Amino acid sequence: MEIFKYKKPLSLMSKSKRFGLLSVAVLVFALGLIFTKGFNYGIDFAGGTLIQVQYEGKAPIDKVRDAIDTDKSYEGATVTFFGGEDEIVIKTKMSSKNLGEDVGDRVRALLKETGKFEVRRVDMVGAKVGSELREQGIMSMLLAILGILIYVSFRFEWRFAVASVLALVHDVTIAMGMIVLFNIEVNLDILAALLTILGYSLNDTIIVFDRIREGIRTIKDPDLGGIIDESVSRTLSRTTLTSLTTFFVVLTLFMFGGEIIHGFSFTLLVGVIVGTYSSIFVASPILMWLGFSVGGFREKEAAKLKREKEKEKMRAMYENGTI
Amino acid sequence: MFLKRLSLVKTLNFRVILFAFALIFGVVFSIPSLTQSEQGKKITLGLDLQGGLHMLLGIKSEIAIESRIKSMAASVKYIFDDEEIIFDELRMVDGEKITFELLDGDDVTKATELLKKGLEGTALSQNGLKFSLEMTEAETERTKQNAIQQAVDTIRNRLNEFGLAEPTVAKQGEDKILVEVPGIKTQEDEQRIRELIARAAHLQLMAVDEDRNARVGSMSAAEAKSYGDVILQDVNSPEKYLLRAIPVLDGSMLTDAKVGFDENNQPVINFTLNGQGAKIFGDFTGKYVGKRMAVVLDNKVYSAPNINERIGGGRVQISGRFQLSEAHDLAIALRSGALLAPVYVMEKRSVGPSLGADSIRSSSIALMLGFILVVIFMVIYYGMAGVVANVALIGNLFLILAIMSLFGATLTLPGMAGIVLTVGMAVDANVIINERIRELLHAGKSIGKSIEDGYSNAFTAIWDANVTTLIAATVLYAYGTGAIKGFALTMSIGILASMLTAIVGTHGIYQWILPKIDKNKLGFWFGIRKEGK
Repeated sequence: MEIFKYKKPLSLMSKSKRFGLLSVAVLVFALGLIFTKGFNYGIDFAGGTLIQVQYEGKAPIDKVRDAIDTDKSYEGATVTFFGGEDEIVIKTKMSSKNLGEDVGDRVRALLKETGKFEVRRVDMVGAKVGSELREQGIMSMLLAILGILIYVSFRFEWRFAVASVLALVHDVTIAMGMIVLFNIEVNLDILAALLTILGYSLNDTIIVFDRIREGIRTIKDPDLGGIIDESVSRTLSRTTLTSLTTFFVVLTLFMFGGEIIHGFSFTLLVGVIVGTYSSIFVASPILMWLGFSVGGFREKEAAKLKREKEKEKMRAMYENGTI
Repeated sequence: MFLKRLSLVKTLNFRVILFAFALIFGVVFSIPSLTQSEQGKKITLGLDLQGGLHMLLGIKSEIAIESRIKSMAASVKYIFDDEEIIFDELRMVDGEKITFELLDGDDVTKATELLKKGLEGTALSQNGLKFSLEMTEAETERTKQNAIQQAVDTIRNRLNEFGLAEPTVAKQGEDKILVEVPGIKTQEDEQRIRELIARAAHLQLMAVDEDRNARVGSMSAAEAKSYGDVILQDVNSPEKYLLRAIPVLDGSMLTDAKVGFDENNQPVINFTLNGQGAKIFGDFTGKYVGKRMAVVLDNKVYSAPNINERIGGGRVQISGRFQLSEAHDLAIALRSGALLAPVYVMEKRSVGPSLGADSIRSSSIALMLGFILVVIFMVIYYGMAGVVANVALIGNLFLILAIMSLFGATLTLPGMAGIVLTVGMAVDANVIINERIRELLHAGKSIGKSIEDGYSNAFTAIWDANVTTLIAATVLYAYGTGAIKGFALTMSIGILASMLTAIVGTHGIYQWILPKIDKNKLGFWFGIRKEGK
């Protein structure tokens, strides 16, 4: 079966302004959401306690709320269904340092009258740990980007590196915007998902860039737009197919993976879509806007080749004993 | 038939042999994990999958320093009493230093020498006959580190004695303690374990200040302090006792503690003191016959019996109307030693076993469904080339399991997600390669040439893409905690394994079966229809 049969290059670059505008619009929207509505930080980053309780049969959520309200220290606690109707999650900003009797134990005592239940999960993060985790999260994001920047500069050229990182920032920002839009709670797993998007979207972009690099060497016409069109079209089939297979598995994770990794798989789902879009429509135009010159790259490559050849010649001469 | 087989023998190559070895290796070493057999190295399930308690504890090391100073004061008293040096006004000031005054100027040299010899890591300063004793900075730091290390050891001992399977207790960072206890069944059990860990188990034998004890009801804490006393409450009743602040001896001189029963068949704890402790205890009881001595545990008075005669042998009993389970836990805590400083919870994650089982089930379903979808898709789209890619994918899964088993790695829920994701991304290499091969076939190249060039053309792209993903995974591993590390780990292993299976393995298979590939059936082999030239 062949869906994307290559016949002639698509003319993407001529439409690059339109895609650029679309991306900028979505980016502005995402940033607006992030800065106005803000992230809904979960207990991992904000500190607090989460208690997951499963009842036999339907959970008496109103009774639970009443029971929780009898204790003043739980002010602002939220009680919501989790996954099915038999399970609820209680969240409070409170955490306790006391080992012996903690927030979870107290909630268990408060709920005693509400029916037959089992406490299935208690997560508690102190405020200090929360802020430490947040710092670490931002650090890890920056470090990953830095590492990628260095590697791509080394393997390609700095403009490729900058373009791929910009595409990354584009993807991650939009994914963050969607997280805010759909009110997904931001915990450590969301951070992991964002970092995965980072790696994944880059993966896609690199494949396209690799083809452009190859195109620069093999295509005679030095028009960058033409080379990009040809390379993107040639990799279009692969980009969409891989995205499709990844999309399949992330979708199964989203649908069947259980409530706990819902936020994680949702973020990945967004990431796969945006990542695919950006590596086809966004990354390469950036390369052009950055003023990448085919001629310059070829000259550099040629110079590099010449240097290597000369080195080899010298070595040959040395080995032959002529020097 | 024979000739055909011969042709396959001829094209056997190192790549396909390597892949076969990798496949065998993968299957053999993942068997213990898949069957969860007793023998062999296998993957351990993370606490989020098997249920259990994960805690990050902080430690109040300043308390350790304070109690160190307290025991220094006790030593000063003991040394001076032993050498019959007369002193007065022995005090602790702000939990930072000890002050005392010598009454006889002739004792100064002897006293300073004795203290220098008997108390290491202290600095003594003198003002006339008034002295103050402080810990040196190095000693303070050492005490802090000691408190953390001791807390780690003590908590580990307690959990081991409680009979829990494979608890992990380790120092994390500068001053944190990581505690992981798998296999806890109920929340009540979990609370009991937390209480056992938290128990300071600080045992002190203290003299009752009989001269002033009658006034204890109306005395303020500050007044008691001015006498060098403390007011402590009875564990079961509101009764208060006025006790000398510097204890006769403490739990550090204890060698054993066991649950026993008194004459009323009530659980009690019998403990034995070491030689030095027994001597101090004997001397003290001999000297204070007719007075009371309080058994104090974690700043609560458990009993304050009258001393009827000198008690030798160093055997002491704590009775306090215990539950049997309480006495049992307490004896464990006493045996494994006191916590030099109290610990507190910074982070706690506790997962019940049923939730863990649910997570395993749902993530396995996701893994299986995702896998089947990808496998079917590859076959439909690429024909036999898809089958080859699927063989590599299966090899990849086994390799991931085998490598994780060999390292005894922990599989967490995000780790499962990592494997699921790897399934999607591992076929990527084969998609890239197959697309390249198709391109070359369309360009009219021979099958052999298309395969060889397809692999070499695709290689740089796959390599660069995988390295960059590895960079992201490495950062995740380095900065992530707990479960997230598991995700980064499975993804990294998956990427590395896919290099072997998806690139080397499939290449070898193509080279091996090349003689069998019919150039007139490209639709069957590569899923393409070639336009007639």
